[in-house]
Amino acid sequence: MEPTVAIRVADVHKRFGPKEVLRGVDLEVRGGESVVIVGGSGAGKTVLLKHLIGLLQPDEGRVEVDGLDLATLSRAESLELRKRFGMAFQEGALFDSMTVRDNIAFPIRRHRRATPAAVDDRVRECLAMVRLEEGSAVKLPAELSGGMRRRVGFARAIALAPEFLLFDEPTTGLDPINTAAIAAVINRLRSELAVTVVTITHDMNLAFRIADRIAMLRRGRILAEAEPAAFRELDDLYVQAFLRGEVPADEEDA
Amino acid sequence: MTRWLEVLGTFVHDQFADLGRFFRMLFVWLVWLPRRPYEVREWLRQMVRVGWDSIPVVFLTTMFTGMVLALQTYRGFERFHAEGFVGSVVALSLTRELAPVLTGLMVAGRVGSSMAAELGSMRVTEQIDALEAMATEPVHYLVVPRVLAGLVMVPLLTVVGDLIGILGGFLVAVGLFGANPVLYWDSTFQYLEVNDVMSGVIKAAFFGLTLTTVGCTKGFWTSGGAEGVGRATTAAVVTASLYILLSDFFLTKLLF
Repeated sequence: MEPTVAIRVADVHKRFGPKEVLRGVDLEVRGGESVVIVGGSGAGKTVLLKHLIGLLQPDEGRVEVDGLDLATLSRAESLELRKRFGMAFQEGALFDSMTVRDNIAFPIRRHRRATPAAVDDRVRECLAMVRLEEGSAVKLPAELSGGMRRRVGFARAIALAPEFLLFDEPTTGLDPINTAAIAAVINRLRSELAVTVVTITHDMNLAFRIADRIAMLRRGRILAEAEPAAFRELDDLYVQAFLRGEVPADEEDA
Repeated sequence: MTRWLEVLGTFVHDQFADLGRFFRMLFVWLVWLPRRPYEVREWLRQMVRVGWDSIPVVFLTTMFTGMVLALQTYRGFERFHAEGFVGSVVALSLTRELAPVLTGLMVAGRVGSSMAAELGSMRVTEQIDALEAMATEPVHYLVVPRVLAGLVMVPLLTVVGDLIGILGGFLVAVGLFGANPVLYWDSTFQYLEVNDVMSGVIKAAFFGLTLTTVGCTKGFWTSGGAEGVGRATTAAVVTASLYILLSDFFLTKLLF
């Protein structure tokens, strides 16, 4: 695994109306690395993640993937680039009119010339990879539990064998056992697919299980970043409060 | 006074913003329409939904409109012994005006609203973002088939409506007023020209395009959760109906 920078976020600002969500985010993700961005609700985590894949464009600053500045790409080029990404959304964002199989097959049918049998094979592979039984392929998203929906979302994200995987709050609302299972699935995907992973979460338990590096986002900036072991020892009141689940001294109004 | 001006200003501003989004959506639709891959199954699904599934409501609407039209004109024309023209009036009113407009309005209520609700809930549950993330232009996958279905199916429904409405008029005139069926039938087609039917069909195509584009645009730009979806749905029907009724006048002026 080459230690080159795969994704570079440089001084990204983003505002929605009067609300400044990102105020100068700098972040580098190296190829093959798993970076977890943690932060409280409303810190701008999801907004940051959506910048990485070009779902949102920065007002200022730049986002580069493999040295390509996303802002300079045409619509067609940026769609092309997205084929190298897999994104798993918070609640799965599965197409609720389609079965699990059709959801996972969607990107394959859309972007690859594959026979129906090949598509089915790939769907089975993806289901196995996220540890879902084949029987769930015929179900509709509404018939699945929260944890299963996430996994189907994962399976859909890996369907095109992407180089980058983005996870948006993969464990929010799940019980501890399901959280552990999701963490195991993410680690398994990493080891089997050799992907670069960026996850956002406020679940420190998950972060410590899957991260090579943890970055803390607060008030639209990266407050600190470190490897998991060092992150625990960071000498920052907010980070320590976050780790312990306390209200930080300077934020009692929040 | 200034408060009223403010309200008026906001209203006008919002209407123009709406119109801008509408035309932008139409433009993107046009750009993506010819591009591969063609989701033929999705196209057919939407056509069934817009066309076939609307037949009952279009049937009832135009049937009763044709009937009441015959009822009213018969009563009126009786007074100056012009009953012989009832068939012509019914046929002309229906094909040129009532069938396309009523079909447009009914389909706007049935389909435009459900498109807004569907796309709106896809927006708030991030399904539209998911499409983007999967390198798929959401307009291409979601809007192209829906607007295409409106463009193709509303004119066809209008032709069906023409026939049903004329039949409704016939039933009332002959059944209720004892008009001579052969003479009524002759009078129906005496003044009806292909152009009359065509002008109605062209208008219907325009309405179909408009109401689906409005429904999709409202849904596509939904924000604010379940409440937002509700707002988008209502707005889709109101705006589409408004556009249909306003454009009807100008189209009629233009076509004849």
